[in-house]
Amino acid sequence: MNERVADLRRRSVDAKATVSMERARLMTAFYRNAKGLSVPMLRARAFAYLMEHKTIVIQDGELIVGERGPAPKASPTYPELCCHTVEDLEVLSSREKIPYAVDSATTQFYEQEAIPFWRDRSLRDQIFASMTPEWLAAYDAGIFTEFMEQRAPGHTAGGGQLFRKGFLDYRREIEEELGRLDFLGDPNAYDKREELRAMSVTCDAIIRFAERHADLARELAAREADEARRLELLKIAEVCGRVPAHQPRTFWEGLQAYWFVHLGVITELNTWDAFNPGRLDQHLYPLYRQDLDAGRLTDEQAKELLECFWVKFNDQPAPPKVGVTNAESGTYTDFANINSGGVGPDGSDGVNELSYLVLDVIDEMRLLQPSSNVQISKKTPDRFLRQALRIVRKGWGQPSIFNADAVVQELLRQGKTPEDAREGGTSGCVEAGAFGKEAYILTGYFNLVKILELTLHDGVDPRTGRQLGPHTGDPRQFADFDALIAAYDRQMRYFVDVKIQGNNVIERLYATEMPAPFLSVITDDCIRKGRDYNDGGPRYNTSYIQGVGIGTLTDSLSAIRRHVYDEHAISMTELLGALARDFNGDDDVRCRLMDETPRYGNDDDYADDIMRRVFDLFQTAVDGRPNTKGGSYRIDMLPTTCHVYFGSVTGATPEGRHAWQPVSEGISPVQGADRSGPTAVVKSMAKMDHIRTGGTLLNMKFIPQVLEGDENLEKLLHLVRSYFRMDGHHIQFNVVSAETLRDAQLHPEEYRDLIVRVAGYSDYFCDLSRALQDEIIARTEQVAF
Amino acid sequence: MQAGSGEVPMAATAGMIFDIQRYALHDGAGIRTLVFLKGCPLRCPWCHNPEGQEKQPQVMRYENGTEKVAGRRMRVDEVLREVEKDTVFYDESGGGVTFSGGDPLLQPGFLLALLKASKAHDLRTAVETSGYARWEDVEPLAPFVGLWLYDLKLMDDARHRKWTGVSNARIHENLRRLTTSGARVIVRIPLVPGVNDDRENLAATGRFVASLGAVGEVHLLPYHRAGMSKYERLGMPYTLGDTLEPPAEEMQRLAAILQEWGVRTKIGG
Repeated sequence: MNERVADLRRRSVDAKATVSMERARLMTAFYRNAKGLSVPMLRARAFAYLMEHKTIVIQDGELIVGERGPAPKASPTYPELCCHTVEDLEVLSSREKIPYAVDSATTQFYEQEAIPFWRDRSLRDQIFASMTPEWLAAYDAGIFTEFMEQRAPGHTAGGGQLFRKGFLDYRREIEEELGRLDFLGDPNAYDKREELRAMSVTCDAIIRFAERHADLARELAAREADEARRLELLKIAEVCGRVPAHQPRTFWEGLQAYWFVHLGVITELNTWDAFNPGRLDQHLYPLYRQDLDAGRLTDEQAKELLECFWVKFNDQPAPPKVGVTNAESGTYTDFANINSGGVGPDGSDGVNELSYLVLDVIDEMRLLQPSSNVQISKKTPDRFLRQALRIVRKGWGQPSIFNADAVVQELLRQGKTPEDAREGGTSGCVEAGAFGKEAYILTGYFNLVKILELTLHDGVDPRTGRQLGPHTGDPRQFADFDALIAAYDRQMRYFVDVKIQGNNVIERLYATEMPAPFLSVITDDCIRKGRDYNDGGPRYNTSYIQGVGIGTLTDSLSAIRRHVYDEHAISMTELLGALARDFNGDDDVRCRLMDETPRYGNDDDYADDIMRRVFDLFQTAVDGRPNTKGGSYRIDMLPTTCHVYFGSVTGATPEGRHAWQPVSEGISPVQGADRSGPTAVVKSMAKMDHIRTGGTLLNMKFIPQVLEGDENLEKLLHLVRSYFRMDGHHIQFNVVSAETLRDAQLHPEEYRDLIVRVAGYSDYFCDLSRALQDEIIARTEQVAF
Repeated sequence: MQAGSGEVPMAATAGMIFDIQRYALHDGAGIRTLVFLKGCPLRCPWCHNPEGQEKQPQVMRYENGTEKVAGRRMRVDEVLREVEKDTVFYDESGGGVTFSGGDPLLQPGFLLALLKASKAHDLRTAVETSGYARWEDVEPLAPFVGLWLYDLKLMDDARHRKWTGVSNARIHENLRRLTTSGARVIVRIPLVPGVNDDRENLAATGRFVASLGAVGEVHLLPYHRAGMSKYERLGMPYTLGDTLEPPAEEMQRLAAILQEWGVRTKIGG
């Protein structure tokens, strides 16, 4: 990277996350005075108010401009969704991991203005007030989490339209739709009008936001002594004067246009998974080629612009999360995840020169954000995968690797057209979606292991003694393994029902109280339908429940089957006693359970068949059920950091796990249980039907020596290709030894820049909770022979 | 070589295996599964699979007090079932199965049956051997072996006897016959400092290999002590305790000696 980029990168990495009160202050001021507006118009005018009044930032040396907060890494709050308490702010600023600095002015503002105004008004309070006692009891027990309790729906990514249209074009389309409204025949005409007008307001707002950057750039240019920088600032002014009002004409304009849209999405609401540019390499390619052919751009310049663009992502840490939401997703990363490769809408290989340039950028930048991934189809050249693996081998967990063909199949199965499926990809951690056309909302993690614990206690949570689930019988009376599975299934279905009932309320609260007109503008077919992103406006509307802990669940059931039912070596009474004692004084029993049980991840059908069985139960309990937006429920198998939280509320389990320890992560085997090498792991994982999910997550840990040299790299490539041939969805590697990680725990100051793969994202090892650090160390290291 | 005699190859459908390892990276092309046959006619003190030397099962006592038996009788179909678990990886990578040991040639009938079955299942095969066997036992295998990984430990026969316990005459003769008959062979030299890392031995190896003509390449495998703890577990003395792993520059220097003879040489397997 050149000096400019190195400097921008350094500043970004060194900047500390802070809580900015600017957005909360503007929002409070706006809401105090807002009167007589429909909800969509209220939200649109609030957005316009922010865009008009928020601080505009252009930093020294920047080429791509714009911040969400008043400074890099100054993270705004969203009191209309979740109004932080003074205690929350104290926790945020004082917690050891993932702190956000909070100054006294912010605390004072919250105490005196924000909290009195937003108390009872914020959506979070309404959500919790609307939930049933059953839902609240399950939530408190850690059976599931709720994504929307402090962050807005938004799992979504931009489509090609972002690079083919300007907001003046969108506004014209909106006006056409307004002109078509039928107030005689369409009972929803009024709602549509308000929504469309709201969208139109946000188009003007984002154009105004860009113009304010153009103004500032001209001002700075007038004062700039350095001639080269003065010209750059004038160029920035020209670009911001052009996009996103108009369709971008150049590579630079394309990146800047996207960045304004990104800021619009994450300023309007604190959408989960920020936003991402979808098929960046494919969409930018025509602009890149035009510039190249016209002699306006060199590869060096394209790379510099991309790197300046990369830094912008890193400057936007996740909005400050608290409570369970922080426990399930404890990271600064906000999951903007850039896809490269894949296939084109016509099914052809999507890799182009820009895809390789993006890999160079990923390699050079080594930033937490944006996350990056490569989409590998059977048409993808080995060269592209090999190049990606060379970066993976360096050990910091990026880019992650996806099976583009499986992603397309998953989306087709959900009813997308082939073209929409192919323009899709994965965002967040591993979630498949039709980019630019789908709201694919993760609604919460689901603790599969806790369900087994309840099953073993007739619906009672042994941690609290509360009866949470239905009575499914005393497990000591179960005739056989099938009876246990039947009881498990009943418990699981009960809690899926509780979760979906809650979701159905929360979805409507967002649809009616918290529309997102800006995000709706850029998501097909919200304009055509006159409906909001949060109200079924997108072409596709999917709700996900994410299963966590299938490895621990499988091994637990395998242990019970083997020792209690097959061999009658341990009675159910003995087992329950040992679990209740957390194996205290039960070393022999625990050893037997751990070492003499067929374990998932070893290509052993005894265990893997159980995995298939419980996967099918969960999948069929959720898949295809209707949500409130005309779409369906689906499952994902991913944890972010929730496997640590779910473990912390779950007692000892029959595969020998001690109480409160993390459960298994993603679809990965239990940490340390896979002892038959990487091919066996991959085979076991592939026995799950990935195509019936919207994403699965497999992390493997290799010691660096196994991947040294060209030949070993080639074998890793074949390992990935083989997994994908068996329809595996995603694979990612940690290439760092446990020894190094242990040393990093002892001497964090020497490892400040050590980045590891956590689940669907990478993070600084030293920023992880101790429990998560220990969990990563415990994952099996694949050594080769 | 009394061990192999008397066995009727086709009837031997079971044999002694001491390990099966998947995702083996250094024993042939692509992703491979390594099947270890128990028993070896040689007694090299640097052997990193000492549990493969005796033909019979042996108890290994681990540091934590647990015990494990190395060696169990497996039928050909059982071995194949295990090997074929990774077929998708072989197909993708051009890999396959490698029979190793011990020395698999010490169970020639079993090995032949394994190779024939592998061939019938379209698996690519390799055999890793010391080469110390009767030609009558080697010859029938040859049509079923895709690649021979063939050890040449020491060229001087007296030194070979001293370090391995057997003469190398038969080893050299078998290698010459194999290459003459068109077999694909990679020669491997486990380089053990103070044993066979002298210029004289390597030059002699180079001369010999060059004279064979048909050898694909030579792999120099640097000595390592990864097997040392196994000796303890078996209650066997490890006599090379002071020997150090050769540094990378040294390996380059030694490779250059072979290259002087026009022999394609690679460090590592």
